[in-house]
Amino acid sequence: MHQPEPGGQITIDGHRVSHLTPVESTRLGVQVIYQDLSLFPNLTVAENISIGLHSGRVKAVDWRKIARVADEAMKRIGVALRPDDKVADISIAQRQLVAICRAMAADARLVIMDEPTSSLTRHEVDALLSLTLELKKRGITIVFVSHRLDEVLEIADRVTVMRDGVKLGTYSAKDMSDRKLATLMTGKEFNYECVAQDRPDTETVIDVRGLSREGDYEDIHFDVRRGEILGITGLLGSGRTELALSLFGMAPPDRGEIRVNGQVAKMRSNRDAIDLGIAYLSEDRLSLGLVLEQSIASNITMSVIEKLVNKAGLIRNDLFDSTVSHGINELTIKAGNPENKVKTLSGGNQQRVVLAKWLAINPKLLILDSPTVGVDISAKDGIYEVVRNLAARGIAVIMISDEIPEVYYHSHRVLVMRSGRLTGEFVPGRCSEDELKEAVNA
Amino acid sequence: MHEVIKRFTRTHEFRLLLVIIVMAGLLAVFTPEFASLQNLVDVLSANAFIGIMSAGLLVVIITGGIDLSFAATASIAQYTALTVANHFGIGWTGIFAISISLGVVLGLINGVLMNTLRTSALIVTIATLNVFYGVLLTVTRGADIFSLPDWFNAGFELVFHTDAQGASLAINFQIIALFAAFLVTWLLLNRSNIGRQIYAFGGNPDAAQRVGFNVVRLNLLVYGYMGALAGVASLVQAQLVQSVSPTALVGRELDVVAAVVIGGASLNGGSGTVMGTILGLALIAILQNGLILLGVSSYWSLFNTGLVIIAAVVMMAMETKKRHKLVVQGVTS
Repeated sequence: MHQPEPGGQITIDGHRVSHLTPVESTRLGVQVIYQDLSLFPNLTVAENISIGLHSGRVKAVDWRKIARVADEAMKRIGVALRPDDKVADISIAQRQLVAICRAMAADARLVIMDEPTSSLTRHEVDALLSLTLELKKRGITIVFVSHRLDEVLEIADRVTVMRDGVKLGTYSAKDMSDRKLATLMTGKEFNYECVAQDRPDTETVIDVRGLSREGDYEDIHFDVRRGEILGITGLLGSGRTELALSLFGMAPPDRGEIRVNGQVAKMRSNRDAIDLGIAYLSEDRLSLGLVLEQSIASNITMSVIEKLVNKAGLIRNDLFDSTVSHGINELTIKAGNPENKVKTLSGGNQQRVVLAKWLAINPKLLILDSPTVGVDISAKDGIYEVVRNLAARGIAVIMISDEIPEVYYHSHRVLVMRSGRLTGEFVPGRCSEDELKEAVNA
Repeated sequence: MHEVIKRFTRTHEFRLLLVIIVMAGLLAVFTPEFASLQNLVDVLSANAFIGIMSAGLLVVIITGGIDLSFAATASIAQYTALTVANHFGIGWTGIFAISISLGVVLGLINGVLMNTLRTSALIVTIATLNVFYGVLLTVTRGADIFSLPDWFNAGFELVFHTDAQGASLAINFQIIALFAAFLVTWLLLNRSNIGRQIYAFGGNPDAAQRVGFNVVRLNLLVYGYMGALAGVASLVQAQLVQSVSPTALVGRELDVVAAVVIGGASLNGGSGTVMGTILGLALIAILQNGLILLGVSSYWSLFNTGLVIIAAVVMMAMETKKRHKLVVQGVTS
């Protein structure tokens, strides 16, 4: 797709290749599985797998051959998908399998996977990793591009570290630890210390009693104090996001009560929640958290724009600008110009914009759902620092995540959810990270 | 086989077909003329122009594009071809050659603009609509052509039934061209690899490029194909009305868009079938024909077309919503 600058060389099977095109690479046995998977949602599973058959000169379509090639590719790696389903109708994890089958159908000998696990749940990741090891056993070479260090170390023989476009070195995975790798990648030493052993002794901000919602979660009890960070973890489908949406007024519970500052809160919509000082940062930053095509400034002011007006109901530029600059300074957003579109920012800075948007309402309770999804490792640390500072300022924080280290190192307490129920409470520092991991995956 | 039928009953096309059957059944009961062979021939001939264009537009819409300039293209094609035919002794082959190649050239202009500007097809083809139409009106000064060659006016037809009174029913030029356009488009979309590339490109343009499809060539092909069919349709229309007017065709683009969209094609690209487009066309045609036979003022026709479009869009929105719900459940369970 892109041509490197002259001077470099690519050698495939001992032959120097100069002008690689997608067609040429495919012929040489190279297949890329892109982060977005590059599938065709409107076509069937079978046609997606066999899409390579459509290349080349004008010819008649051989539908039987398409079905056969797809079937063979699926059998080869032991995948059972219904070939006639449209890709739009299957889950993300299944789509990943379709993308891998497509590489198989093209007789790939070198498969490059770009962040293949970024949108998968832990169970799906495990399945993908074992499939990857299976491919390796069959003599297929795999380049696994990822910033999830544990995964890299789990499956790789050798690890090449790149930083800012420069290769730092290639290391044997056996001699690597994820901490060493993190330091290499970012050039920084990380702080692996738990927040604190004790929760702050302050007043309770939110108190949840016997909360249930049919099909989502049941009998949930907990409270969060000012300045406390409460971690909630659990697998996908454990009901954690639904619980968060209930606290934010978007999925009313069937039973139980939510008290905010001691008062029973009946929230009919998220507007009521916002009025009570509750903010919710969605796990889906790109489609729910931000308006990507709009400017940083409009995104930051989005939550309070109705209040930045004069008596005639028109926007007051001075209030608007001060809200924007306050948000940018407070969260140290690296933005050349607040009028730039949000989509031009890196993942970490985008997340800071979402945080700035919510801080503008002066929240008492901040619910963070997977706050570092799609944020690279060096920027993650920055987000954690922001969250700790917000808590130190007296905001109660609920941090939901399926990344165990995230909740382990950055919460006062961690609740584990499974199938809609709370199954354990852990205090990091008084238990090990592995104990928590076992409780989640048990 | 059973599985195929079951799958078909869940499609948009199946629902359209049901609506059409019910509508046609009611009309057959209430108006004796409706269910006659003569009426069928008339309806098909009258809608051949829209139908041929909708086959071309379907292909464009599947790629995620749109074309609003084809009626202007058709106007230029028919005006030029028949002006030449009036002055030189060219026959059917000649006028087809002229109108189709003009159509292709004007279509390719759209394709080249799409490839180089990489901007919205809507704005590109609104621009070319005005340019094409403006050139035509300037050159012709808006003058109609009323006298066409006799061999053209005579047309050609395959008589398949002559009744006792000697009146004959025939498959005419319009109907042949209409069926040919749908057949060729169906072959292109479902039986050629290029057609599958068109669907893939419409479903995910980036992925199509990564797989190695030549997307620049695909754009040229679809807009060129649209132009070629506009050329054919223009002759079909001229033969039907036995005259050429530079202003007669422009303004009918939206009927064509309506037929394709009612047929289930998404303006976002990637979806749409020849079957659906045929049914979309049939729905509009039968509705308009039926209302005229029932004696409803033809002024109501626009209003009714509008209602049908709204109903079709509601139906599609409900289908999408239902499917989306299933996907979400599939993921979490």
